Amino acid sequence: MHVNAVETRMKKLFFALGLIGLCAAAFAQKSSTDSIAEYRAMLQDGNPAELFEAKGEDLWKQKRGPKNASLEKCDLGKGAGVVKGAWVELPRYFSDTGKVQDLESRLVTCMQELQGFNGDEIAKTPFGKGEQSNVTALATWISAESKGMKFNLPQGHVEERKMYEVGKRLFFMRGGSHDFACATCHGQDDKRIRLQDLPNLTKNPGAGNGFGAWPAYRVSNGQMWGAQLRLNDCYRQQRFPYPLFGSEATIALGVYMGVNGKGGEATAPAIKR
Amino acid sequence: MRIRAQAAGDKATIRVLMSHEMESGQRKDGTGKLIPAWHIQDVTATLNGKVVMTAEWGPAVSKNPFLQFTIKGAKAGDKVGITWKDNKGDTRSDEATVS
Repeated sequence: MHVNAVETRMKKLFFALGLIGLCAAAFAQKSSTDSIAEYRAMLQDGNPAELFEAKGEDLWKQKRGPKNASLEKCDLGKGAGVVKGAWVELPRYFSDTGKVQDLESRLVTCMQELQGFNGDEIAKTPFGKGEQSNVTALATWISAESKGMKFNLPQGHVEERKMYEVGKRLFFMRGGSHDFACATCHGQDDKRIRLQDLPNLTKNPGAGNGFGAWPAYRVSNGQMWGAQLRLNDCYRQQRFPYPLFGSEATIALGVYMGVNGKGGEATAPAIKR
Repeated sequence: MRIRAQAAGDKATIRVLMSHEMESGQRKDGTGKLIPAWHIQDVTATLNGKVVMTAEWGPAVSKNPFLQFTIKGAKAGDKVGITWKDNKGDTRSDEATVS
């Protein structure tokens, strides 16, 4: 009897303590942004992008294609074969192709010139299929080699400056059945859609954080996405047709965001919801 | 597989990233046909060849799964081995050294 009474009292005490605990938790409630950041940090530890990095590194060194050559002589803008730091200076102008190219379209050029693949065919391959998935893996590894470095896109060439202006126009161009532009969601600070924070891509830190995170691994669908697929998907969300892989529109937008993100830190390959 | 094994005090933290489709067998493809289940079933972890953990996995485990666990008594220089076997009978083993 006596023992039971003590137990009951102790239970009551524990119950009261529990309530105090609950109240304390309510006062110190985290914002949803903090919780998402925490969730991302947890996932970051086992980011499957690492698997694609490893695949990309192998692909870079492996002799492949009709010419049975590796990509080790590929010029990503810092000289033949220089990988480290290349990604934070892309897209840029390449004199051999006479075009401003981003990482993925440049990789296709190298695969065509060095390995003898048909570049047009790769560009037409749907994302995530065949050689296109190899391009993504290569881009994942190459971007990882620049992790932590600061964006510094060149704007010395007239074509690079032109692409910046084209990108800016596209960024603010409203259209599609829902009549909105990139800027509608990504042109102001502290906006969000549902629980996703929307970076302001017209300036830092948003531009550096946003542009500097792709290629990224999408947890929700288990896919590795390169910047090309990400930008094409923006157009899909805008109810536009895909501008297609390596299109001038996506590269111009890349230049616009990359230049806006100057000095921002490269975090790719990141992990996304 | 990517295996990282870090010793701290009298135990080591093991982090493993496996590359696997992990099809649940519940999804349908573009033509409406069921995609057959294809996932890891057994996971075995060894420390210097001695089994320290086994796990039975099912279709609920995500694609490209990440596994983390600690081994008591593992020291720097020890060898940690991970083996998985899937429902098609495919198997893969990798080894890492505790640092």
